[in-house]
Amino acid sequence: MIPSKQNSNVLNNQDFTKPKSNEIKKKYCRFKKFKIKYIDYKDPIYLKKFLNDQGKLLPRRLTGTSLKYQRKVSQAVKRARHIALLPFVTDEFKS
Amino acid sequence: MTSKHYETVFILSPLCQESIRDEVVTRFEGIIKSNQGTVVSTDNWGLKELAFTVRKQNTGYYFSMEFSGPGIVVSALETAYKREENILRYLIVALDKHAVDYNERRRKGLVGNKKTLVEENV
Repeated sequence: MIPSKQNSNVLNNQDFTKPKSNEIKKKYCRFKKFKIKYIDYKDPIYLKKFLNDQGKLLPRRLTGTSLKYQRKVSQAVKRARHIALLPFVTDEFKS
Repeated sequence: MTSKHYETVFILSPLCQESIRDEVVTRFEGIIKSNQGTVVSTDNWGLKELAFTVRKQNTGYYFSMEFSGPGIVVSALETAYKREENILRYLIVALDKHAVDYNERRRKGLVGNKKTLVEENV
Protein backbone atom coordinates (compact mmCIF):
# COMPACT_ATOMS: atom_id res chain seq x y z
CA MET A 1 0.00 0.00 0.00
CA ILE A 2 1.37 3.41 0.91
CA PRO A 3 3.25 2.83 4.17
CA SER A 4 5.31 6.03 3.87
CA LYS A 5 2.21 8.21 3.93
CA GLN A 6 0.89 6.34 6.97
CA ASN A 7 4.14 6.94 8.86
CA SER A 8 4.25 10.62 8.13
CA ASN A 9 0.74 10.96 9.51
CA VAL A 10 1.72 9.31 12.80
CA LEU A 11 4.70 11.62 13.06
CA ASN A 12 2.59 14.64 12.30
CA ASN A 13 0.13 13.77 15.06
CA GLN A 14 2.85 14.18 17.67
CA ASP A 15 3.84 17.42 16.06
CA PHE A 16 0.43 19.02 16.72
CA THR A 17 -0.36 19.20 13.02
CA LYS A 18 -3.71 18.16 11.70
CA PRO A 19 -4.75 14.56 12.46
CA LYS A 20 -6.60 12.28 10.04
CA SER A 21 -10.16 13.38 9.53
CA ASN A 22 -11.68 10.17 10.93
CA GLU A 23 -9.71 10.21 14.20
CA ILE A 24 -9.96 13.81 15.35
CA LYS A 25 -9.27 14.16 19.04
CA LYS A 26 -10.48 17.09 21.05
CA LYS A 27 -7.60 19.38 21.89
CA TYR A 28 -7.13 20.43 25.47
CA CYS A 29 -5.01 22.87 27.39
CA ARG A 30 -2.29 20.80 29.06
CA PHE A 31 -1.77 23.41 31.77
CA LYS A 32 -5.41 23.38 32.80
CA LYS A 33 -5.67 19.60 32.60
CA PHE A 34 -2.56 18.88 34.69
CA LYS A 35 -2.96 21.96 36.88
CA ILE A 36 0.41 23.46 36.00
CA LYS A 37 0.45 26.98 37.40
CA TYR A 38 3.94 28.12 36.50
CA ILE A 39 5.97 27.62 33.33
CA ASP A 40 9.69 27.57 34.05
CA TYR A 41 11.81 29.59 31.64
CA LYS A 42 14.93 27.77 32.85
CA ASP A 43 13.79 24.50 31.27
CA PRO A 44 14.45 24.70 27.51
CA ILE A 45 13.66 21.01 26.93
CA TYR A 46 10.10 21.55 28.09
CA LEU A 47 9.68 24.81 26.19
CA LYS A 48 10.79 23.16 22.95
CA LYS A 49 7.38 21.46 22.80
CA PHE A 50 5.86 24.83 21.97
CA LEU A 51 8.29 25.76 19.21
CA ASN A 52 8.50 24.78 15.56
CA ASP A 53 11.64 23.73 13.68
CA GLN A 54 12.74 27.30 13.25
CA GLY A 55 12.41 28.06 16.94
CA LYS A 56 9.22 30.08 16.50
CA LEU A 57 6.29 29.83 18.88
CA LEU A 58 3.55 27.47 17.74
CA PRO A 59 0.06 28.97 17.56
CA ARG A 60 -2.64 28.08 20.08
CA ARG A 61 -4.76 26.44 17.41
CA LEU A 62 -2.12 23.72 17.05
CA THR A 63 -1.09 23.18 20.67
CA GLY A 64 -4.54 23.65 22.22
CA THR A 65 -3.16 25.87 24.97
CA SER A 66 -5.63 28.30 26.50
CA LEU A 67 -5.03 32.02 26.07
CA LYS A 68 -4.06 32.52 29.71
CA TYR A 69 -1.27 29.96 29.51
CA GLN A 70 -0.23 30.81 25.97
CA ARG A 71 0.76 34.24 27.28
CA LYS A 72 2.83 32.58 29.98
CA VAL A 73 4.45 30.23 27.47
CA SER A 74 5.42 33.14 25.25
CA GLN A 75 6.82 35.07 28.23
CA ALA A 76 8.86 32.02 29.29
CA VAL A 77 10.20 31.43 25.79
CA LYS A 78 11.26 35.06 25.49
CA ARG A 79 13.08 34.89 28.82
CA ALA A 80 14.79 31.66 27.84
CA ARG A 81 15.94 33.27 24.60
CA HIS A 82 17.42 36.23 26.46
CA ILE A 83 19.63 34.02 28.61
CA ALA A 84 20.70 31.99 25.56
CA LEU A 85 18.92 28.78 26.53
CA LEU A 86 16.84 28.90 23.34
CA PRO A 87 17.87 30.34 19.98
CA PHE A 88 16.14 33.36 18.45
CA VAL A 89 16.48 31.95 14.94
CA THR A 90 17.60 28.51 13.84
CA ASP A 91 17.19 25.79 11.23
CA GLU A 92 16.42 22.13 11.90
CA PHE A 93 15.79 22.64 15.57
CA LYS A 94 14.29 19.28 16.44
CA SER A 95 16.32 16.84 14.37
CA MET B 1 8.69 47.86 53.75
CA THR B 2 7.14 45.52 51.24
CA SER B 3 9.22 42.57 50.18
CA LYS B 4 8.96 40.64 46.96
CA HIS B 5 10.47 37.47 45.59
CA TYR B 6 12.88 37.75 42.70
CA GLU B 7 14.95 35.41 40.67
CA THR B 8 18.07 36.18 38.70
CA VAL B 9 20.13 34.24 36.18
CA PHE B 10 23.50 35.41 34.96
CA ILE B 11 26.11 33.97 32.63
CA LEU B 12 29.79 34.40 33.38
CA SER B 13 32.43 34.29 30.67
CA PRO B 14 33.99 30.84 30.12
CA LEU B 15 37.42 32.48 30.30
CA CYS B 16 37.23 33.42 33.97
CA GLN B 17 38.85 31.28 36.67
CA GLU B 18 37.01 29.39 39.38
CA SER B 19 38.32 31.72 42.11
CA ILE B 20 36.95 34.74 40.21
CA ARG B 21 33.60 33.03 39.75
CA ASP B 22 33.29 32.27 43.45
CA GLU B 23 34.30 35.82 44.32
CA VAL B 24 31.71 37.30 41.93
CA VAL B 25 28.89 35.13 43.28
CA THR B 26 29.69 35.94 46.92
CA ARG B 27 29.91 39.64 46.02
CA PHE B 28 26.42 39.57 44.49
CA GLU B 29 25.08 37.74 47.54
CA GLY B 30 26.66 40.43 49.70
CA ILE B 31 24.92 43.15 47.67
CA ILE B 32 21.54 41.48 48.22
CA LYS B 33 22.16 41.12 51.96
CA SER B 34 23.41 44.68 52.41
CA ASN B 35 20.17 46.00 50.86
CA GLN B 36 17.88 44.30 53.39
CA GLY B 37 17.33 41.31 51.13
CA THR B 38 17.68 37.62 51.88
CA VAL B 39 19.16 35.02 49.56
CA VAL B 40 16.84 32.02 49.35
CA SER B 41 19.08 29.84 47.21
CA THR B 42 22.06 29.97 44.89
CA ASP B 43 22.40 27.49 42.06
CA ASN B 44 25.47 26.69 39.98
CA TRP B 45 24.51 25.14 36.66
CA GLY B 46 28.11 24.78 35.53
CA LEU B 47 29.51 25.32 32.05
CA LYS B 48 26.76 25.18 29.45
CA GLU B 49 26.63 25.68 25.74
CA LEU B 50 24.86 28.86 24.63
CA ALA B 51 22.14 28.70 21.99
CA PHE B 52 23.89 31.48 20.07
CA THR B 53 27.14 33.42 20.24
CA VAL B 54 27.28 36.12 22.90
CA ARG B 55 30.29 38.45 22.92
CA LYS B 56 32.25 35.96 20.78
CA GLN B 57 31.69 33.16 23.32
CA ASN B 58 29.81 29.93 22.67
CA THR B 59 29.78 28.65 26.26
CA GLY B 60 29.23 30.20 29.66
CA TYR B 61 29.00 29.50 33.38
CA TYR B 62 25.36 29.76 34.45
CA PHE B 63 24.34 30.83 37.94
CA SER B 64 20.87 31.42 39.30
CA MET B 65 19.82 33.01 42.56
CA GLU B 66 16.47 33.34 44.25
CA PHE B 67 16.10 36.15 46.73
CA SER B 68 13.52 38.30 48.42
CA GLY B 69 13.70 41.93 49.42
CA PRO B 70 12.56 45.47 48.65
CA GLY B 71 12.83 46.96 45.16
CA ILE B 72 16.12 48.74 45.83
CA VAL B 73 17.87 45.34 45.85
CA VAL B 74 17.05 44.92 42.17
CA SER B 75 18.47 48.27 41.11
CA ALA B 76 21.60 47.72 43.23
CA LEU B 77 22.11 44.28 41.72
CA GLU B 78 21.58 45.59 38.21
CA THR B 79 24.25 48.25 38.70
CA ALA B 80 26.63 45.57 39.97
CA TYR B 81 25.89 43.40 36.95
CA LYS B 82 26.64 46.25 34.58
CA ARG B 83 29.95 46.97 36.31
CA GLU B 84 31.06 43.36 36.20
CA GLU B 85 32.79 42.79 32.88
CA ASN B 86 32.85 38.97 33.09
CA ILE B 87 29.07 38.85 32.71
CA LEU B 88 27.76 37.90 29.27
CA ARG B 89 24.03 38.11 30.02
CA TYR B 90 21.81 38.63 33.03
CA LEU B 91 18.11 38.45 33.79
CA ILE B 92 16.20 39.55 36.89
CA VAL B 93 12.52 38.63 37.15
CA ALA B 94 9.90 39.06 39.86
CA LEU B 95 8.24 35.82 40.95
CA ASP B 96 4.55 35.35 41.68
CA LYS B 97 3.26 32.92 44.30
CA HIS B 98 3.06 30.02 41.86
CA ALA B 99 6.67 30.53 40.84
CA VAL B 100 7.86 30.63 44.46
CA ASP B 101 5.96 27.42 45.10
CA TYR B 102 7.41 25.82 41.96
CA ASN B 103 10.98 26.74 42.89
CA GLU B 104 10.52 25.29 46.36
CA ARG B 105 9.30 22.00 44.93
CA ARG B 106 12.06 21.99 42.32
CA ARG B 107 14.67 22.29 45.05
CA LYS B 108 13.19 19.22 46.70
CA GLY B 109 13.44 17.44 43.36
CA LEU B 110 9.70 16.97 42.86
CA VAL B 111 9.29 18.80 39.53
CA GLY B 112 11.32 20.08 36.62
CA ASN B 113 14.22 18.77 34.62
CA LYS B 114 16.66 18.88 37.52
CA LYS B 115 18.40 15.80 36.16
CA THR B 116 19.66 17.58 33.07
CA LEU B 117 21.12 20.38 35.16
CA VAL B 118 22.98 17.94 37.39
CA GLU B 119 24.37 16.07 34.41
CA GLU B 120 25.85 19.25 33.07
CA ASN B 121 27.61 19.88 36.38
CA VAL B 122 29.46 16.54 36.29
